[in-house]
Amino acid sequence: MSVLVNKNSKVIVQGFTGSEGTFHAQQMIEYGTNVVGGVTPGKGGSTHLDRPVFNTVLEAVQQAGADTSIIFVPPAFAADAIMESADAGIKVIICITEGIPTKDMIYAKEYVKTKNVRLIGPNCPGVMTAGECKVGIMPAFIFTKGKIGIVSKSGTLTYEAVDQLTKAGLGQTTAIGIGGDPIIGTTTKEAVELLMEDPETEGIVMIGEIGGGMEAEAARWIKATGNKKPVVGFIAGQTAPKGRRMGHAGAIIGGADDTAAAKMAIMRECGIHVVDSPANIGETMLVALGLK
Amino acid sequence: MNIHEYQAKDILKSYGVRIQEGIVVDTPALAVEAARELTAKTGSQWHVIKAQIHAGGRGKGGGVKLAKNLEEVREKAEQILGMQLITHQTGPEGKKVNKVLIAEDVYYPGPSEIKEYYISILLDRGTGSNVIMASTEGGMDIEEVAEHSPEKIIKEWIDPRVGLQQFQARKVAFALGLSGDAFKEMVKFINALYKAYVETDSSMFEINPVLKTSDNKILAVDAKVNLDDNALYRHADFIPLRDVTEEDPLEVEASANDLNYVKLDGNVGCMVNGAGLAMATMDIIKLSGGDPANFLDVGGGANAKTVEAGFRIILKDPNVKAILINIFGGIVRCDRVATGVVEAYKAIGEIPVPIIVRLQGTNAAEGAKIIDESGLKVYSAVLLKEAAEKVEKVLNGTI
Repeated sequence: MSVLVNKNSKVIVQGFTGSEGTFHAQQMIEYGTNVVGGVTPGKGGSTHLDRPVFNTVLEAVQQAGADTSIIFVPPAFAADAIMESADAGIKVIICITEGIPTKDMIYAKEYVKTKNVRLIGPNCPGVMTAGECKVGIMPAFIFTKGKIGIVSKSGTLTYEAVDQLTKAGLGQTTAIGIGGDPIIGTTTKEAVELLMEDPETEGIVMIGEIGGGMEAEAARWIKATGNKKPVVGFIAGQTAPKGRRMGHAGAIIGGADDTAAAKMAIMRECGIHVVDSPANIGETMLVALGLK
Repeated sequence: MNIHEYQAKDILKSYGVRIQEGIVVDTPALAVEAARELTAKTGSQWHVIKAQIHAGGRGKGGGVKLAKNLEEVREKAEQILGMQLITHQTGPEGKKVNKVLIAEDVYYPGPSEIKEYYISILLDRGTGSNVIMASTEGGMDIEEVAEHSPEKIIKEWIDPRVGLQQFQARKVAFALGLSGDAFKEMVKFINALYKAYVETDSSMFEINPVLKTSDNKILAVDAKVNLDDNALYRHADFIPLRDVTEEDPLEVEASANDLNYVKLDGNVGCMVNGAGLAMATMDIIKLSGGDPANFLDVGGGANAKTVEAGFRIILKDPNVKAILINIFGGIVRCDRVATGVVEAYKAIGEIPVPIIVRLQGTNAAEGAKIIDESGLKVYSAVLLKEAAEKVEKVLNGTI
């Protein structure tokens, strides 16, 4: 078991023939992900990386049986790519693209809600089920199949957590990079919920950052549902100033609830093992699981 | 992107939002000319001289003044132009005023009661939709209103599928206690404002105060507009509105080098790949007894060129006593980053502060070896914990 993606996922790459799409598709194929083709409008009928290129996502669904899509198209066209996938019957859409205008994402998210599909991202490193399937841009070699699920707004901070869990001997089930934009398809709480229901996942690492109320919402849900699995949490940006955008479009402190301190306080109240330093994620998980 | 009040008002006006009319100038002589022109156009004998800086609280800081004749216009423009304006948003050093807006006086007496309101439009991240916020407590800081009398804030969420509906505009106008002509004017104002917000790809509008004049007109006296950086590519006409004199010079230099840099006031500089890890690295510096001097995300493709540009920017900050480089090499290989650090170091010459380089990920051990064997004043680390310990030791002088 795992969540969102596994060895049976049939993956297509939107923006397949571009440089980013090509590089990461190759890496995914090397890891063993079942990439069944890609979509680049106007290049349909050709092949790329020994796989068929389609003009539309619908063709990829009908002809290659695609059920999962990863999006690398430039920001100006990414919201359209998300909606095309949703319309074509894709079940899991993972959007890597950073820099999509907020207005476009408001419409895309609204559209996705009307279809039976899960959107992850945008502005995220993707989703990876250790030992089975990588649909993203994370370095595969740091993962080992294991028992911890990860939910994170940040890319490299996810790698940090993955690496520490590998070194602690715990390994990972699925790592879900939900993205650092103000509007994202899957919230922290929704991703945590998926991992709580996954029988193979024994503990969860939840990494957030300043801005928005998603971590507090997830923490309250974890408490309300009886803290079924230990959760280790970290919020980046304890030293971030108010009103400044810290890299990610969503990482900005507006009101008092946006601060790392406020979020960490709520998480602690809800029984989450909060670490002040991201260097202690692996160790704290060992303690939380009673292994140390 | 932040823009000035006068630029924001120009945009609003082009969408049919009624504004307090004004002319922007940069000398006292032009201020007098502008006042004359405004009097001819609006009949207003009095004028308001408003400092144009990207910060709120200008009035309290002495950056907004009323002038009752042309001599006072000159006098007050002279006082404000060139001043170092300090407000609660500028920091203790303040901001230099290069331009003033000469605006018509809209608080003239008349039959109806003059009243100030507050209206803003922004994204509600929780619902994924835009929300209009309004209040009868115009002219006040909305955060204070939210704290002391939250019941006085009206919120109207806009369904993205259909946009602003007329009943919603009416609802807000009625909730503000308006009737008759002023009510009709307010509905018109809200409609035009929302249209401007959506079509300009803005991420925030704050109109405070919105004024009901003594003859029942509704207009924007001030305007704060924040444009979505990600959407600027489809608004070529907004790009020249950027005022780099309002930004920190190091931040301007960083953005020219495609580096994501935010200047802070601590003593340990840092250079990191990825925004989340960059914030986390700042937190580690604090936990190690230092204070972060900056946020700096070099992005996915850290190489000798970006590392050198990053070094140069960090070193221009005189407060920096140490530098922590924290790279988690996924796609980018650590040995390459290490070579980049060594090359950049040599290109700059002598770097006067100790550097801790933490490289983790692909080829981490090879990277550490390159650093250790370089003979430079650079300390290597592989684990995040080691990096934190070395920062502490460097600050204590025990390394």
